[in-house]
Amino acid sequence: MTAAAPAIELRDVRKSFGRTEIIRGANLAVQPGERVAVIGPNGAGKSTLFNLISGRFGSSGGEILLHGQRIDGLKPYEINRLGLARSFQVSNLFTRLSAFENIRCSVLWSMGYKYSFWHFLADLDDVNRRAEDVLGMIRLDRRRDVLAMNLTYAEQRALEIGITIAGGASVILLDEPTAGMSKSETSNFVSLIREVTVGKTLLTVEHDMGVVFGLADKIAVLVYGEVIAFDEPEAVRTNPRVQEAYLGSAHADAGAQSGGH
Amino acid sequence: MRSVAGTSRSFNRGRWLVWGGYALLMLLAPLVFTSSLSTTMLSQMGISIIACLAFNMLLGQGGMLSFGHAVYSGLGSFIAIHALNRVSGGSLALPVSLIPLVGGLGGLFFAALLGYVTTKKAGTPFAMITLGVGELVAAMSLMFPGFFGGEGGITGNRVAGQPFFGITFGPQLQLYYLIAIYTFVCTALMFAFTRTPLGRMLNASRDNPERIEFVGYNTRYVRYIAFMASGFFMGIAGGLSALNFEIVTSEVVGAARSGAYLLFTFLGGAVFFFGPIIGAVLLVLALVLLSELTQAWLLYLGLVFTFMVMFAPGGIASLIMMNLRVASFGKLRQLLWPYLMLLLSALVALAGASAMIEMVYHLQLNKVLGPELKFAGVPLNAMSWSSWLGAGVLLGVGVLLFELARRRFMPLWGRIQEEIESEIQRREARA
Amino acid sequence: MDASFLLISLLNGLSVGLLLFMLASGLTLIFSMMGVLNFAHASFYMLGAYVAYSITQVIGFWWALMLAPVVVGLLGALFERHALRRVHKFGHVPELLITFGLSYIVLELVQLVWGRQAVDFTPPASLSGALFTIVDAPSGLSFAWGEKPPGCGSGGLVCTTFPAFRAFGMGVAVLMLISIWLLLTRTRIGLVIQASLTHPEAVESLGHNVPRVFMLVFGGGTALAALAGVIGGAMRVTEPSMALTVGAVVFAVIVIGGMGSLAGAFVASVGLGIIESFAVSSDRSIADGMAAVGLAITPETFGFALWSVKLSQIAAILPYLLLVLILIFRPKGLFGSREG
Repeated sequence: MTAAAPAIELRDVRKSFGRTEIIRGANLAVQPGERVAVIGPNGAGKSTLFNLISGRFGSSGGEILLHGQRIDGLKPYEINRLGLARSFQVSNLFTRLSAFENIRCSVLWSMGYKYSFWHFLADLDDVNRRAEDVLGMIRLDRRRDVLAMNLTYAEQRALEIGITIAGGASVILLDEPTAGMSKSETSNFVSLIREVTVGKTLLTVEHDMGVVFGLADKIAVLVYGEVIAFDEPEAVRTNPRVQEAYLGSAHADAGAQSGGH
Repeated sequence: MRSVAGTSRSFNRGRWLVWGGYALLMLLAPLVFTSSLSTTMLSQMGISIIACLAFNMLLGQGGMLSFGHAVYSGLGSFIAIHALNRVSGGSLALPVSLIPLVGGLGGLFFAALLGYVTTKKAGTPFAMITLGVGELVAAMSLMFPGFFGGEGGITGNRVAGQPFFGITFGPQLQLYYLIAIYTFVCTALMFAFTRTPLGRMLNASRDNPERIEFVGYNTRYVRYIAFMASGFFMGIAGGLSALNFEIVTSEVVGAARSGAYLLFTFLGGAVFFFGPIIGAVLLVLALVLLSELTQAWLLYLGLVFTFMVMFAPGGIASLIMMNLRVASFGKLRQLLWPYLMLLLSALVALAGASAMIEMVYHLQLNKVLGPELKFAGVPLNAMSWSSWLGAGVLLGVGVLLFELARRRFMPLWGRIQEEIESEIQRREARA
Repeated sequence: MDASFLLISLLNGLSVGLLLFMLASGLTLIFSMMGVLNFAHASFYMLGAYVAYSITQVIGFWWALMLAPVVVGLLGALFERHALRRVHKFGHVPELLITFGLSYIVLELVQLVWGRQAVDFTPPASLSGALFTIVDAPSGLSFAWGEKPPGCGSGGLVCTTFPAFRAFGMGVAVLMLISIWLLLTRTRIGLVIQASLTHPEAVESLGHNVPRVFMLVFGGGTALAALAGVIGGAMRVTEPSMALTVGAVVFAVIVIGGMGSLAGAFVASVGLGIIESFAVSSDRSIADGMAAVGLAITPETFGFALWSVKLSQIAAILPYLLLVLILIFRPKGLFGSREG
């Protein structure tokens, strides 16, 4: 592990489902601490890419590296233990556990308690404190004991993020975190994401250009399973290939919101 | 902010009450029900409580449905009785009171062995595998008479080795108290398990087996370790059973017993920790009393179970908890009359239905005795129109009244639930 | 081992395997389509046999063959409509449990109506007896239609018959397979079912009346089981325990074949049928195998009880042994796709 190793690196990654190749040689190198938004037209393979990186699917070719270490072919829990965590586009919560328990479950492994059945959860001060802190960070401390399935949609999305960051992973993947939210909810959520991912490497899939320009240092554009651009937002905005493939009408929106960065 | 100290104090008091009450109940039960039948039944209840709680470690807490779980209690029984015979023979110096632990170790061993393969899958495939493994072991039990004792099984004598302060475990009452101690300790251990990291992750894997992989856990390991823990306690139940009956036959690993664990655990309520305790008590009552009362008991069981799945999948425990919640908000009184109406009409319908069922059973199975039979003290003639008409009328009237009572009950229940919800929201806003 | 015996054993195994497949295919269709594993599937098999028996008493076997599956299929559809559907919202475990409860109820009702003893359900006169006989003479194999020709059992002639009803059963199974294949690939409803095998949610969002299709598939699956029951009940014994014995094997079959795979179910059923057919008649054991390689196994050897178990004794548990082996070496099953 050299000091210069990128946090995440994709080298000619490929993925086929049957005869259809979804990811056709994706290349990307994200430096530690960078905040990257992954954008692209529908069907470009953004979620698939996340699934490949996080180990949910196996790749059909190429290499995926985390801090210089190859992680393609590893199981999701092995990748998570190496310091990568991801959220899901459709909230993937522990439905019959409370918000607090959801967070606590996400903390246990990273704090070393593993498969222990000789500790009492109530006595684990470090775990409980961390869980309370995270709950406070995602502003669900008042809904601590509500079952996950009874939370509102926005609360569930917040919990989704909470589960992802609770374990203290250094690389965070967020898959459309603001999906289904109203404008006001979205802007609140974006500041939440900014707060909880301070100092981490962040990769998010987003459709909302306002979120993208408000959150990301760099943008990666995925089209037909290939990364056709990876640069600062301004450079990407003016990239002809990107304009041709994607930004089109959104160009006008982004221009109107040029206040934020 | 809530006063953490305050709530934990009242919580602890509640806990002491519950556990103390549980222990007291087990202590005093044989003094209240003194007949030898009662003592036998109480002993069996203790054993079944351990077994059903162990079964629910998988079903209720882990979302794992096992169709062949009697394998682990059964094999534990066999190991225990072989150990017992060695104690009798003098080749093993082990107090009889520790024989159930030997059973537990046996259960643990086989759960480790067979569970390795079984827990490779989850969900429905897991259930099918447990069925196959259960059939495998049940079939093998007839193939190795040395271990399984063939048709006659293996017998033993629990009065073996040195008596412990004059206790030989010969009399049923002495054995009952041994069982009670094991039951209490095992209940406490299994309850404690639910409050450990592994116990909680087991719950998480029930709710979302995929997500726990993304927070660092190997779902398969969680299932496997839980499976072994369950097997251990099943083995203890098996060991106690070996001591209780002093004979172990191949039916202890059979499908019927596995089915009984499943049925009654679910009936008692898989969602709450204490549900299986209720289920275990019902199990013994059904197997010992109901089966004597009527030949149609399996049919009744199947029907009750099926209706439970359709209308109250949380079991009896969930019904109790729902009503406790209503009571805690002071609204139970409103429901007393409607409940009474529901109960009475259900009883009438039940009387009619079971009269008919009994008559059919009587015709089919007791032909030689002639068509007359006694149903709850009322003489019936299975071949006469009047009996059938009477039963039919009872059933019809009962169903009608039940439907009427239900129509008045449901809106009331709904209204009460709404009131409770808004009360909860009001309290939350205040906090 | 005589060649005639080999051939007949193969055919017997095939007939049992096809019977198993009739059951496994219905189960797989229901599972793939609805995600429900019908624990009571073998109960419908049993019902088919008993209902056919009763119909045979009244109007003869051929009517029973046609009507029994229809009657049982209707019962299955009714169950789906009024009970199973209600439980759908609770998840897969309650769905499995309600079919589990149903199996108890059906077993009790069957014993109630028809008694606890086996009933005398036999093939009709036109189908009883042998279809053909294979004569194994020192001079070679010869084939004869019908019963054993005179001279069998003496002069070194070994004759093995193949029952006509078994052949009939195989014919029914093959016919049924072909019609299912045609239904699935050539009709519109078949396409919907095929699509639902892999993408049930997508099919529903396309506007098809999935609940009605569910009812159809469940009724169809149980009708298939009943048809297998008519054949199996007449071929073998019709008694209350037939559901239990067959049921567990069928579940093992679909896990071995890979849950959700019809091809896998076919290979597993036929394979198991043939293996069992050969095992049942074999008196060999692992000890014999070891002796052949030169290792002597005596009663003093550790685990003698295990090594000396004859193949014929373990024939009954072969499906479960194979289940365990498959799970160790190829957990997905032979052709496993959807996990459900």
